[in-house]
Amino acid sequence: MLKKRIIPSLLLKDGRMVKSVQFGNYRDTGHPITAARIYDAQRADELVVLDISASKEGRKILFDIATQMAEECFMPLCIGGGIRSIEDIQSLLRDGADKIAINTAAIEVEGLIKEAAEKFGCSTIVVSIDYIKHDDGSYEVFTHGGTKATGKDPVIWAKEVANKGAGEIFLMSIDRDGTMKGLDLELTKSVVDAINIPVITAGGVGTLDDFRLGMEEAGASAVSAASIFHFTDQSPIKTRKYLVDRGVNVRA
Amino acid sequence: MIAIVDYGLGNLRSIAKALECVGGDTVVTNNHEEIQNADRIILPGVGAFGDGMQNLKKFKLIELLKDEVLKKKKPFWGICLGMQLLAKESEEFGSHKGLNWIDANVRKFNFPSEKKLKVPHMGWNTVNFVRNHPITSGLKNQEDFYFVHSYYVNPNDLVLPLGTCDYGVPFTACISKENIFATQFHPEKSQQKGLKMLANFIEWNP
Repeated sequence: MLKKRIIPSLLLKDGRMVKSVQFGNYRDTGHPITAARIYDAQRADELVVLDISASKEGRKILFDIATQMAEECFMPLCIGGGIRSIEDIQSLLRDGADKIAINTAAIEVEGLIKEAAEKFGCSTIVVSIDYIKHDDGSYEVFTHGGTKATGKDPVIWAKEVANKGAGEIFLMSIDRDGTMKGLDLELTKSVVDAINIPVITAGGVGTLDDFRLGMEEAGASAVSAASIFHFTDQSPIKTRKYLVDRGVNVRA
Repeated sequence: MIAIVDYGLGNLRSIAKALECVGGDTVVTNNHEEIQNADRIILPGVGAFGDGMQNLKKFKLIELLKDEVLKKKKPFWGICLGMQLLAKESEEFGSHKGLNWIDANVRKFNFPSEKKLKVPHMGWNTVNFVRNHPITSGLKNQEDFYFVHSYYVNPNDLVLPLGTCDYGVPFTACISKENIFATQFHPEKSQQKGLKMLANFIEWNP
């Protein structure tokens, strides 16, 4: 049976690993390679690495980090941040990424998802969707690191990119990011039910039970988390044990 | 020396690094002489079947690989798309002819929506090994490996299956016949169990 995945995520800013709260208030959390090495030893199922460097120099470091991670970690690496073109995708795949996360360019660069999926295979192309829940309960997709409203509904947008050939959705709640107050199960479930590709849900994991809820209540294929691993004594090992003990379908 | 065939598709560096980690000497190449000089060959591959065949043609690798693997019987491992390409044909984006080294075709996972099974089949799933093989030596009969694919190899030759997996339907996750070995899953992404298989491959003398 296909297992649900536990996916630590690493946020990079100019070569350092950081953790945000609601896409701001960045705290330095150490060196990304060291972290990746530890997560590999702790048998994380996969790693997601997202780069938010604004500068070209910062972007260049991402390529070096991808290479180094691929040299030391024998698990799947999904890498994203500032991907704009087929060439960007090709060189990151060459440098060691297994999957590429595309966010802003999925909206801005016409035809990119379709072309990338045809060229590199659907399963290589992950569309990352950052969203906000407004006070009136409606949801909206944001791009440019959570700074630009798009007017798009995340469920409709997920359907659209799935039709274009995306192989997976990385679904991130901006208002829950770094708060550790729990995943948005409702929106996760809506997206999971609306599309036929796997959904990784993220944003708000604060307890080990949040993983279970994301997987079992919302039906996500994977739950991604950062703060709980950076700032508490929980690890992928403890998470796995907690889930196995409760009969959740994860790798033992 | 292990030649990792570079035909423009696939996570070549990951495979090279995983092999080096378990003591293998590797060369990532599409140079004919280098492939001829290698004593083992890996055909990786991530991407579309049609592009895969087209690129093998473009680099004039089809005849060369046939000589090295089918005639000279060098130990060979096809990974993911590199397994599918061994088949007669695939139904991916229209019908495509494959290398036709094994009596098999390639099918797409196709589920009714009420089954709620996502495609691609992506993540860790259990492989049941149905017979012994030097490359699976030291592994249990059931182990979890990492898969990323929407198509799978469906063998007509019932000697082929070595490992099976289940995703809505039972499918063949691993095949072997003489010096040909292939996995739908990614050993280079399957942590310790995958590395163990790669280590066994280096020692394998079919």
